[in-house]
Amino acid sequence: MINHLGRYLLSFIAILLVQVLVLNNLNLGGYINPWLYVLFILILPVEMPNWLLLVLAFATGLIMDTFLNTIGLHASATVFLAFLRPFLLRFFAPRDGYEPGSLPVTSHFGLGWFLKYTLLAVLAHHLFLFIVEAFSFENFLATLWKTILSSLVTLVVIMIAQLFSSRERRRI
Amino acid sequence: MRNFIRFIIRYHLFFLFLLFETISFYLLVNYNHYHNQTFVNSSSKFAASVLEISGNFTDYFSLKRANEELSRENAFLRTQLPENTYRLNEPVPENRQTADSIQYLYRPAKVINSSVNKFHNYITINKGSKQGIRPEMGVISARGLVGVVRHVSPNYATVISLLNTQLKISARLRESNHFGSLEWDGNSYQHAILNEIPAHAKVSVGDAVVTSGYSALFPEGILIGTIDDFELNQGEGFYVIRVKLSIDFKSLTYVETVEKITRDEQQELEKLTNND
Repeated sequence: MINHLGRYLLSFIAILLVQVLVLNNLNLGGYINPWLYVLFILILPVEMPNWLLLVLAFATGLIMDTFLNTIGLHASATVFLAFLRPFLLRFFAPRDGYEPGSLPVTSHFGLGWFLKYTLLAVLAHHLFLFIVEAFSFENFLATLWKTILSSLVTLVVIMIAQLFSSRERRRI
Repeated sequence: MRNFIRFIIRYHLFFLFLLFETISFYLLVNYNHYHNQTFVNSSSKFAASVLEISGNFTDYFSLKRANEELSRENAFLRTQLPENTYRLNEPVPENRQTADSIQYLYRPAKVINSSVNKFHNYITINKGSKQGIRPEMGVISARGLVGVVRHVSPNYATVISLLNTQLKISARLRESNHFGSLEWDGNSYQHAILNEIPAHAKVSVGDAVVTSGYSALFPEGILIGTIDDFELNQGEGFYVIRVKLSIDFKSLTYVETVEKITRDEQQELEKLTNND
């Protein structure tokens, strides 16, 4: 468990640093910004109690907000994602349920499963984020377009991050 | 009562979710445009120190650009030396494209007439087509952006001043690189309005506004002015920024026209593409 904790702490710091120092400075096409930090919520253990998930999501979002000066924006979107996650996991559950100790990552459930799971989660998170950012339903098409483009970029970045983490796990 | 407690326990997750969302939205609405007043922002010590360390590293990556800017400024200053201005007044040699390290050619000129009190203000300068001035050239002075050449006669040229409601300039914030469009609102000759800066950009009074370099008229990074005042246009998500112009148009005397040497090449190429 301690080992678990340490690993998650490390991955959280790594994700945070990449997000803040690299991705936040990208400016793809003006407004596409990959939000890699959702990965941290996505890869928490399946058995994690849902209330803890919400607390962690709120903390993660708030930390992102402190770096981006958008207090509350990312916190709300990340809490929304954490609220959805149990439903997503139930929706994509294997036929005989999850084994104890399984993690929702590529090395446990395969690339296709992870892709489906991440795509839905990221779309939901980004849609919520961009609607709250715009704070209105005017120009909803633009928001939708932004959501789709940013989600795809985030998905690519998450897949690259997964390559790194799965290689690490195999070595251990 | 027991039913109520059972109800709460049954849906505790949903209530927790609602609680967090309420807190988030409370923070979002209350603090977002006053982020200096909350302690959880990037000026808080922790985030600031991380960003500062990152800044120390990334400064090295922008050294190349800083060098280019400095050398460009050097070249610009050199054209202001008397012997160079003399040479530049002569016809430019035919094979000037070979000097491909030079992007912009500066020609000094003197303002002989100008106005600041109309809606469409123009400036007249004492150089014309004989000296190589052509329409659509940018005009700057040592202190910042002046306008764009409109009409040219053999010895004179008229310049659409920045104080002309017909002129729109692509400008960006020097600190954050967000760009928008700058135009004059017809009121004070010391101020112009910068629109289309998105709401998430960091804007503070005193920040410099410079040219974006997206048009072929001006080099990148020519000073336009500093931010005097700003407000968020509610509902549109853009700032409306009042920019204090760096130039005093009332006392403008010496200016330089800017010619992008490869502009003809660019335009011919674009014409080819448009004809297809």
